[in-house]
Amino acid sequence: MYETTYHRASSVDDAAAAFAKGKDSKFLAGGQTLLPVMKQRLAAPSDVIDLSKIKDMIGIVPTNNGIEIKGATTHYDVAESSDVQKAIPGLAYLASVIGDPAVRYRGTIGGSLANNDPAADYPAAVLALNATVKTNKRTIPADDFFKGLFATALEDGEIITAVSFPVTAKSGYAKFRNPASRFALTAVFVARSPSGEVRVAAAGASQSGVMRVGAIESALTTNWSASALDNVKVSASGMLSDIHGTADYRANLVRVMAQRAVIAAG
Amino acid sequence: MGVEGIGASVVRKEDRRFITGKGRYVDDVKLVGMTYAHFIRSPHAHAKVKGIDSSAALKMPGVVAVLTGQQIVDDKVGNLICGWAITSKDGSPMKMGAWPAMAPETVRFVGQAVAVVIADTKNLAKDAAEAVVVDYEELPAVADVRSAIKPGAVQLHPEAPGNIIYDWHIGDEAATKDAFSKAANVVTLELTNNRLVPNAMEPRAAVADYDAAEEHYTLWTTSQNPHVARLVLSAFYNIAPEHKLRVIAPDVGGGFGSKIYIYPEEMVALWASKKVGRPVKWTGDRSEAFLTDAHGRDHISKAEMAFDKDNKILGLRVKTHANFGAYMSLFSSAVPTYLYATLLSGQYVIPAIYAEVVAVYTNTTPVDAYRGAGRPEASYLLERMMETAARQLKVDPAELRKTNFITQFPYQTPVIMAYDIGNFHASIDAAMKAIDYAGFPARKAKAKADGKLRGIGLSCYIEACGIAPSKAVGSLGAGVGLWESAEIRVNPVGTIEVLTGTHSHGQGHETAFAQIISERLGVPISQVSIVHGDTDKVQFGMGTYGSRSIAVGGAAIVKAMEKVEAKAKKIAAHALEASESDIVIENGEFKVTGTDKSIALPMVALAAYTAHNLPDGMEPGLKETAFYDPTNFTFPAGAYICELEVDPGTGKTSFVNFVAADDFGRLINPMIVEGQVHGGLAQGIGQALLEGVVYDGTGQLVTASFMDYSMPRADDLPSFKLSHTTTLCPGNPLGVKGCGEAGAIGASAAVINAITDAIGNNKLEMPATPDRVWHAIHG
Amino acid sequence: MSTVKLTVNGRAVSVDVEDRTLLVHLLRENLNLTGTHVGCDTSQCGACVVHVDGRAVKSCTMLAGQAAGCNVTTIEGLAKGDELHPMQAAFRDNHGLQCGYCTPGMIMSAVDIVHRHGGKLDEETVRQELEGNICRCTGYHNIVKAVLDAAGRMKVAQAAE
Repeated sequence: MYETTYHRASSVDDAAAAFAKGKDSKFLAGGQTLLPVMKQRLAAPSDVIDLSKIKDMIGIVPTNNGIEIKGATTHYDVAESSDVQKAIPGLAYLASVIGDPAVRYRGTIGGSLANNDPAADYPAAVLALNATVKTNKRTIPADDFFKGLFATALEDGEIITAVSFPVTAKSGYAKFRNPASRFALTAVFVARSPSGEVRVAAAGASQSGVMRVGAIESALTTNWSASALDNVKVSASGMLSDIHGTADYRANLVRVMAQRAVIAAG
Repeated sequence: MGVEGIGASVVRKEDRRFITGKGRYVDDVKLVGMTYAHFIRSPHAHAKVKGIDSSAALKMPGVVAVLTGQQIVDDKVGNLICGWAITSKDGSPMKMGAWPAMAPETVRFVGQAVAVVIADTKNLAKDAAEAVVVDYEELPAVADVRSAIKPGAVQLHPEAPGNIIYDWHIGDEAATKDAFSKAANVVTLELTNNRLVPNAMEPRAAVADYDAAEEHYTLWTTSQNPHVARLVLSAFYNIAPEHKLRVIAPDVGGGFGSKIYIYPEEMVALWASKKVGRPVKWTGDRSEAFLTDAHGRDHISKAEMAFDKDNKILGLRVKTHANFGAYMSLFSSAVPTYLYATLLSGQYVIPAIYAEVVAVYTNTTPVDAYRGAGRPEASYLLERMMETAARQLKVDPAELRKTNFITQFPYQTPVIMAYDIGNFHASIDAAMKAIDYAGFPARKAKAKADGKLRGIGLSCYIEACGIAPSKAVGSLGAGVGLWESAEIRVNPVGTIEVLTGTHSHGQGHETAFAQIISERLGVPISQVSIVHGDTDKVQFGMGTYGSRSIAVGGAAIVKAMEKVEAKAKKIAAHALEASESDIVIENGEFKVTGTDKSIALPMVALAAYTAHNLPDGMEPGLKETAFYDPTNFTFPAGAYICELEVDPGTGKTSFVNFVAADDFGRLINPMIVEGQVHGGLAQGIGQALLEGVVYDGTGQLVTASFMDYSMPRADDLPSFKLSHTTTLCPGNPLGVKGCGEAGAIGASAAVINAITDAIGNNKLEMPATPDRVWHAIHG
Repeated sequence: MSTVKLTVNGRAVSVDVEDRTLLVHLLRENLNLTGTHVGCDTSQCGACVVHVDGRAVKSCTMLAGQAAGCNVTTIEGLAKGDELHPMQAAFRDNHGLQCGYCTPGMIMSAVDIVHRHGGKLDEETVRQELEGNICRCTGYHNIVKAVLDAAGRMKVAQAAE
């Protein structure tokens, strides 16, 4: 790791100010992605600004229309939250299968979304659940937030303070793990809103990062059941292909994981 | 058997330090004034080193030195050696290219060191390494065997035209040809045995300390064989004379073969400690382990088996290409020859065998022995062949095996090995019973109804352990003898120290070896200490690999104990005024048989050291040494059966059951033996399902970390059902055979046979990842 | 350089370290608590797991500064004097270790698993929960046995308290 300067921020404003002062600052949330990257000397921030102890950024708050998860809330706390389990069970389940137990104690929702690893879990939920990302500057709808592999709508120095999830009628997540990294080789989040709108997002599959899967959404809109997807074709074009899974295999997994997510959603 | 003697599942004496965080591994060693080494490694698979500019790095704070490959050549440090000479078919010796510890001119694999930075801290060394500018001229690279042997392929070493190290053979070509001409059926198979990274959890490390006043070196290192390390560092690498070099292998966090070898990093640390006049520590990180620990396996084979009309095997023909990587590692040459082709008879009567092995250089990390070393490759080939044959001949795979089992012992195979004893029917019967083989078709049908593809696969392995008779291996080209040593010191108070030339890096020697003493003397194991891993304490020994520690090292302990007991009985008889032949040893006492007269061990020991009243002419003291050279290999064997389900939607495999029935001869500590089997099975299953090294066409390692190289996790594996059938090994005094490698040797074929049975497609290579299995199902 | 103050195994400590120092290196290099190991550089193997404020985390994926003010327990702090923690005893009694290198992290994770799941653990759950701890020696068979055994012992110990 290159030498850096560590700051523990006491508030969101404090964090933003410290960020602006550094030559090449990075926010450190749970650190479960940034620190491994820094250990490999693939990132060399002049300053790291720790968001994880900012009280305003931790917690889960039920809202009129769903649930708000503060940016520095850990995966463990989301998974264990009875509010999340009740309102959006698929989301609580998703948080319970991110990384491993030690990662879930440290990793945060804001950190995961800001990083937008194509194989990360949260982006699929945020997209499928039509959530809203709140920052210290604005609110960003899910459809506008993700901009491809490791890219988001966040500007330099912008902090995800919370994510707001609308209530859902059905939610389910199914993840097929990469046998080595245990990230999602392909994972699918399915959601149906109280008004019947179906949104389906896949992680780990596309070369462009997390994506909605139109063919599956329309099949499930007509018939919310796993068998409705038996004959749905997911195109392999544009899918990732590597030593762990070819494009056609990932395309297959999108359909199969969607079926399993629907079963999980009930 | 006493409560702590042979056959007792005693909990391990060594565990307390490990479970309380008090284990002492090499990286835990700290010396005053210690510096830290960081190697500068080639990012290219093949390149000329045109120049190294370290001027900027040397100006950085805390940087002590930057040492290069040219300096190591200038200091006449020897090139790395290969300790086993193989002769090609045509009588020519193997063709070995030079391997300097750091490359002065040419790098031949990604990760090969060209220079080392020595600095006050590890971070400073890493910082400075980035300031060293190495001017490389990239050369074309070849990363796989098929490409490397093509005419016109890029040449790695001028010494090895066509990149071929040797073209070796074994067996009777004419007799085999004749057998095939009489065959009613011939079964053919092409297989890849995938390359693996050993990945002991403790990365390699070295702490080197040069004492200028005494001209003496001390090296703490992660070694399975510290004496061999000292010998090689002295006799071949010229870094330190043997009597001025102490090698200490303290607690070592797993080896699996990968810590047999004396690597460039350990050599350089030792050499550099004198150069810089301060202690030097190098601790590898996992990324370096992936690039520089000797890899395992990597064979491509074609095999044909001839059967008569009664499904009896007539002959076997095998041609194997073995990928050696860019250099010949210490025992690399022996692995695909004498540790592989000599096991191609398996558990079967095969009247004629002919095998050819071509050893090939590629621009990849060197390959050497990894748990099983050659025997897993032989076992995988044969056991997939038997399964393939059974399907082709439309007979039950268990029946086909039984039809061909060797039942008469000793049995001379056509490929050198003479099996001393075994009972292969007993193992397969035990395994079939344990898994309810007869009930499988019903279970398969039920699984099918649930949408799952269920399969069952067998693997009946045999291996040669207890390496090895020195004369035999010497005649086959080995540069060393493979005996083992033991010294028993009975202290004046009657406690006992056993100094063994083997080394424990997880195998539980401190307990199992103490149990041998306990069995013989009837003393508790708490009175026995096992000393190993330090060349200043322990007499020369050959170390631990090839499942040899109990069969060879244990036998040496018995031999030394026999001498100790003989002398102690003389002392006891003298003290008790009895005849020596009437003395028996029970519960730590020397008794005169048929009387109530006895003397306790501590009193005998004290008498030996006070020497006030010893038999006339007897030397004082009670300490004996034995060097035991085995008369034959030992032959652990067994039957593994795997039952699993494949999810047709994802290609993912889930275990239903995995049973192992092994014959290891006598078990000293069944708990430890079972632990060894579990670990071996996990590595065999890992090879079958998860692990496989991938290089791209330019020689870049794609699977360079745990992010891409799949290590077996707890949820990848089942609980195992183990059992033992026993034929005592007649070749050593304990009747033991060795158990460390069996699981890794036998497991992978059972898994793949089960998957191919489940999916109904035999075209499947390891690792059978979900992606591969899904493609095998769906085309 | 910064001064990091924290509590390790019940003892308040103050250490001057570079800001890039990881918690694991603070423990190993500055406090000589070498029971916590480093087995990988991708935050996957779990040999470095310690408890920070009662939660099992990877000390290789935490800056020392992040642990300032925290209560850290390492493998050296788990036993009460000579009395082994039930998880340590269960690992020994079930032969849940061989080379011992992954063992400290394994034990620290396992204690946390039992804390979270109480007596409701079964084999499948233990195997899933050990996802972040890699062992190369044991094939996990006896580790799983040890964790299940310890879960029972810890329940008994808790009931006795």
